[in-house]
Amino acid sequence: MAYVLRRLALAPVSLLLVVLFVFVVLRVSGDPVAIYLGIDATPEQEALLREQLGLDDPLPVQFLHFLADLLRGDFGNSLQFRAPAMAVVGQRLGATLELIAYALSLAVAGGILGGLACAMWNDRLPDLLLTGIAVAGQSMPSFWLGILLIQLFALDLGWLPTSGRGEWEQAVLPTITLATFILPNFVLVTRTAVLETMREQFVTTARARGVGGARALFRHVLPNALNPVISLLGMQIGRLMGGAVVTETVFAWPGVGRLMVSAIFQRDLPVVIAAVFIVAVTIILASLLVDLVQAAIDPRIRMR
Amino acid sequence: MLAPTAFTLPRRRLFGPRLKIGIGAVLVLAMVAIAILAPVIAPYDPYEQDLMLRLRPPFWADRGSWAHPLGTDNFGRDLLSRLIHGSRLSIMVGLCAMCVALTLGTTLGILAGYLGGRVEQVVMRFADAWQALPEILLAIVTVAVFGGGVWVLILVLGCAGWEVYTRVTFNLTRSLRERPFVEAAIAAGAGGGYVMWRHLLPQMVPVLTVIATLQVAQLILQETALSFLGLGLPPPTATWGNILAEGRERLLVAPWIANLAGCAIIALVLGINLLGNGLREKLDPKAAGRG
Repeated sequence: MAYVLRRLALAPVSLLLVVLFVFVVLRVSGDPVAIYLGIDATPEQEALLREQLGLDDPLPVQFLHFLADLLRGDFGNSLQFRAPAMAVVGQRLGATLELIAYALSLAVAGGILGGLACAMWNDRLPDLLLTGIAVAGQSMPSFWLGILLIQLFALDLGWLPTSGRGEWEQAVLPTITLATFILPNFVLVTRTAVLETMREQFVTTARARGVGGARALFRHVLPNALNPVISLLGMQIGRLMGGAVVTETVFAWPGVGRLMVSAIFQRDLPVVIAAVFIVAVTIILASLLVDLVQAAIDPRIRMR
Repeated sequence: MLAPTAFTLPRRRLFGPRLKIGIGAVLVLAMVAIAILAPVIAPYDPYEQDLMLRLRPPFWADRGSWAHPLGTDNFGRDLLSRLIHGSRLSIMVGLCAMCVALTLGTTLGILAGYLGGRVEQVVMRFADAWQALPEILLAIVTVAVFGGGVWVLILVLGCAGWEVYTRVTFNLTRSLRERPFVEAAIAAGAGGGYVMWRHLLPQMVPVLTVIATLQVAQLILQETALSFLGLGLPPPTATWGNILAEGRERLLVAPWIANLAGCAIIALVLGINLLGNGLREKLDPKAAGRG
């Protein structure tokens, strides 16, 4: 119980760190009024905004105002869309979550199967081949992988579309690209976890009782080896969100990541901040969920 | 047919740490040498445009020539020279950002582990909370406000990656503090700073070397990704990410631009990863294969 409470208390702290980071970056950069309004603002507009933002208050008071606005979901208006930044980002969140759901499913399923195969044929050809591919995958810049897939499957073979969202064919290449961000880690962690569990006494006992190799692997080893894999899941959600920014840009997938990048080029700071905030909340909630699920299924974690 | 070896004794590794360190070190040293010698070995000025020579293919293609071995880009700039110069920025940002993260994270971790109490609580909870934040988001906010620049990239990537060192050095400090040689030093009157610097830190060098090496690979990937998104150094600058982003615009007519830049990135990052994995197996055999 203490673990669950501590873990619950951690989530708001993470969120507070994000807000503090954004606040510091904004204030250190100089005059937020200039950033928010752009170059063609009148002095009256500047004075009004200065008052609205409370820029003449002491910094801690400013921070509390900033925090209160964010918690109310008030990020100001988008400069390019002339609508509340929160609404603009909210419209795109679905597409990003969809892509992430596909990629996560592929990465977890492929990673566990791959890791299992590595452990089964430890130090034999399948293991060497798969770990080799996994390390190469960790070294692969995902945006280049996306571009290679486009060249092969869209331009040369013409099997799949290059970009966009709507048809299922359009989701195939982005899913593979995004999954590659984290799939190698799942292969390597599953492999190590399974190999370590195989050396446990309860597995030796099961084998000595005459339990067959496959049954021992799936009934005794795998369930006990999943713990580090689930931990990894919690840690990789953030990387997956970062990868979504790149993947969405390569495949013109209309999600939050692509919106964020285009908002930077348009100097549309309210949208950038709203997007970062919403993505951060998503990550923090997702990793909280993973940790709580893990505590629920594994008593060893609850005891910590 | 291969029989599963799952429950048999381990065999000798075919692809052991020595081979990994060897291949990795060769790749990394070659890249570092290229980066250092860039002005000497690059055949052309990476920024010199020649619009008569736009989009020439590399030497192995039909229209290619040895005058521009890897071809030219959309402005007629020599691609080989641009790739050679691009290595400098990636390696520098990767190394410097790693140093920032290493210094910050190790200092906090050792202090938290040695002092314990309230310092430990604050630092370690801070590290826990920080773990949930993805580096690329922090980088995006910073670049959105300050614009891209070498020092902005180094600082934001460095500051984003401190937490892994803190976690490791904290745990090591906790276990080392109980060891006789540390207790003896304290009993002999050594101060906290002296113990941390002369007795604790040297013990952590092997582990930190491994983590730092693997982190440089990640940092280089992040830098190239930011450049690719247009959030790194602004375009005329020759960085691998920029070259790849420019090549993406010309994928139908000049696919070699994007692909050669991709090859350069993966060669360097794979080299560093092999080196790091090999070092981990050699220095810390128990942890090998983890993550």
